[in-house]
Amino acid sequence: MDVELRGITKRFGSVVANDNVNMTIRGGEVLGLLGENGAGKSTMMNILSGLYAPDEGEILIDGKAVTFNGPGDGIEAGIGMVHQHFMLVPVFTVAENVVLGVEPTGRFGHLDLKKARAQVDEINKQYGLHVPANALIEDLPVGIQQRVEILKVLFREADVLILDEPTAVLTPQEVEEFFGIVNSLKEAGKAIVFITHKLHEILAISDRINVLRQGRITGEGDPKTLDEAKLAEMMVGRPVSFSVDKAPGTPGRAMLEMSDVIMLDDSDERLLDRVSLTVHSGEVVGIAGVQGNGQTELVEAITGLERVASGKITFDGEDITHASVRDRHRRGMAHIPEDRHRDGMISPFTIAENMVLNSYYEPAYARGMAIDWTAVQQTAAKYCLDFDVRTPSVFLPAGNLSGGNQQKMVVARELERQTKLVVASQPTRGLDVGSIEYIHARLIEARDEGDGVLIVSSELDEIMGLADRILVMFEGRIVAEFDNTDGKADRNAVGLAMAGAHEGAAA
Amino acid sequence: MTDGKDLKHVNEDMRKLLARAAFGRGDFEDLFVVPVFAVVAALVLGALIMLATGVDLPTIGKSFVALAKGSAGSLNAVSETLTAAIPLVLAGLGLGLGFRAGLFNIGAEGQLLLGGTAAVIFTFTFPSLPFPILMLFGLLAGALVGAAYASIAGILKATTGAHEVISTIMLNLISFRLLEYLLRQPYIQREGRSDPVSKSVPEGGQLPRLLDWLDPNLRLHAGVFLMLLAVAFVWWLLFRSKIGFAFRASGANPDAARYAGMRSGLVIVAAMATAGALAGLAGAAQVQGVLGRASPGFSAQMGFDAIALALLGRSHPVGILFAGILFGGLEAGGRQMQVDAGVSIDLIGIIQALIIVFIAAPLLVRAIFPWGFRKMTKGGKS
Repeated sequence: MDVELRGITKRFGSVVANDNVNMTIRGGEVLGLLGENGAGKSTMMNILSGLYAPDEGEILIDGKAVTFNGPGDGIEAGIGMVHQHFMLVPVFTVAENVVLGVEPTGRFGHLDLKKARAQVDEINKQYGLHVPANALIEDLPVGIQQRVEILKVLFREADVLILDEPTAVLTPQEVEEFFGIVNSLKEAGKAIVFITHKLHEILAISDRINVLRQGRITGEGDPKTLDEAKLAEMMVGRPVSFSVDKAPGTPGRAMLEMSDVIMLDDSDERLLDRVSLTVHSGEVVGIAGVQGNGQTELVEAITGLERVASGKITFDGEDITHASVRDRHRRGMAHIPEDRHRDGMISPFTIAENMVLNSYYEPAYARGMAIDWTAVQQTAAKYCLDFDVRTPSVFLPAGNLSGGNQQKMVVARELERQTKLVVASQPTRGLDVGSIEYIHARLIEARDEGDGVLIVSSELDEIMGLADRILVMFEGRIVAEFDNTDGKADRNAVGLAMAGAHEGAAA
Repeated sequence: MTDGKDLKHVNEDMRKLLARAAFGRGDFEDLFVVPVFAVVAALVLGALIMLATGVDLPTIGKSFVALAKGSAGSLNAVSETLTAAIPLVLAGLGLGLGFRAGLFNIGAEGQLLLGGTAAVIFTFTFPSLPFPILMLFGLLAGALVGAAYASIAGILKATTGAHEVISTIMLNLISFRLLEYLLRQPYIQREGRSDPVSKSVPEGGQLPRLLDWLDPNLRLHAGVFLMLLAVAFVWWLLFRSKIGFAFRASGANPDAARYAGMRSGLVIVAAMATAGALAGLAGAAQVQGVLGRASPGFSAQMGFDAIALALLGRSHPVGILFAGILFGGLEAGGRQMQVDAGVSIDLIGIIQALIIVFIAAPLLVRAIFPWGFRKMTKGGKS
């Protein structure tokens, strides 16, 4: 089945989300759709799946114009969408989730789960999905849950599959397997739209690439003739540097010292097991590790969000083991939290309010017991300009910003103050290349101004690019340390240490 | 900011960022059009209910005329409306503040009862104190006891995680019985009475009537100033003060508030105490301004009506003021309805409930009255 979009324009109020977009999707082909956050990719696909009606333009399926009046019409016409955020019932089985809404029924109108399971298994076999039809969703890893979403779409006999940032939640290994599935779908004649902002993935999987920027198609091409640099330029509108530009660090005095820190969970298991580390001023220390090996707890111990059972933490020579979050912050510790939506910002609050979330009580903003909002707003406006937070006004709710701008807002709030130590947890997760480049540069700038910087990231590339020294965490312990001056650490050795092989110690 | 060296340019950008969005059509619709239509829809539905229960059309017409007359048709009506609004607004402010801090406090009724009782006991214990002092101390006693009683639920939540909905409901039940017990104590019970009624608030402890020089039947009292002051105070507290920022942040996203170094336990206890103080003040204002004594259930469900009121006012002090006046008007007008048309006062309860339902479902109101609203930008239908 071929789908053609002609001259699609969609406006939300005064914002033009899609501006005269033309796009062709062909059966047996993977179309890569690349664009920054907020470039209009999701709007485009929501129009294609029938969720939004376009203001102008038309959709043609196999040459015939169609109009969709709701999300049901899209799937009816054979266009199915796999959303970034899964829409599954956790306590239902795979088969139950797949048939939800189009359940096969028996003679008396009762739910025929046996038939459902058989149908699910058939699709499973056909495309090599290997999803256990009887398993409960909540027991399945994320990568398999995603395949259930694909199953759902296939069950509804979709010929066009829209995959919205499908790899965002997958580990590198799961991505490999996922690409295998995409290829088998392609071979079966399905048309695939693969939406992402990860350049190497789009080059690896697409047959054709469309680049979207500010609602317009700014580039089209064949992945064989394109490379990451060219794609990034099309996407951002200017040349982008991938390697982080930095001189070697100049480690000074110890800013943060942890010695033998132990943190326990409710059943007295060790979440942190005798962790000792030092972050000096003027250096970036990267914490590498597969997610769930104590990195989150490490950050909580350093920032004071959780108590430690034993051990000592000093910050610029002073014991802060039992200091409060605010006290540590006041001493000059900046914290960019792992989950910005949950922990880093308050979506319904204005940008101005979010900019002073942890400093609103400071004398600069105080007027007796009241907050001097004029001062806050001026500061916020300045921060927005300094950190390139793109917003028409500081009075808008922070939730209205795109992901990259939200993160820049959080980074601005944390770095604009006088800081001595920056703790950045997954600082660029889910961001586009432009924002990543910007935030990396700011972190290095903080280092060059004499801060100690601690970066926790599950993206090894990020750690390799930024850190002067790499520590690897495994099962709550620091199991290896690598010198990474001028990027000289052995990537394979780091990877092995992450997997629990301990040879790499003290390189 | 690569090309930002140009200072004039930067100033221009700053100015743009700091320009406030004009009060948009959407805000206007949310804050005014929806409530107005909700009231209209509730009144129409109320009429249909009357019709269904066998009330004839002329009587329905008469009852709505009575409702209007009784709530706003005369000086006496306005006085009654405002008098009824005072305790509702005070208690509603406390609840709204709690909602903003993420606390669903159901305990205003108990806090109001005990606060009012404390005000009565204090004032008749020190009858020799001169007028403004005794009155003010009476109000203060009500606020303090209300705050202390609400703090129990706050402390329980902060230290043990006990959910405030459960604990405040239980505290309400305790307060009902505690009040009856107190009212039978010889020190508190009125001499020569066998039923549980307290001694009276002495003259010096009463909130002075404002309009009795015009007509001795006008009950409007100085509590109306207290109400307006409280509206201004809560607005300042929520939107201007440091602690209010912590309240709102903790309510909107407790995780982010914790990450920002706000102390959640402190916020919970402080917000509950403030809410309790306002509810206690509502009880004190009612006994010192209207009732003159405490008796079982003197709160007349105001603590529960105030929950609806706070929701109706969207937890905004000014919204709560208007919602309180609306509810006060419905109460005053409802009494008139009963007298003039013989319609049951329960109907007013139904209309109040319907208004809440419509306010809570703005999309329903938009669907019923499509011409009142600009077309929505999102959504499939066009």
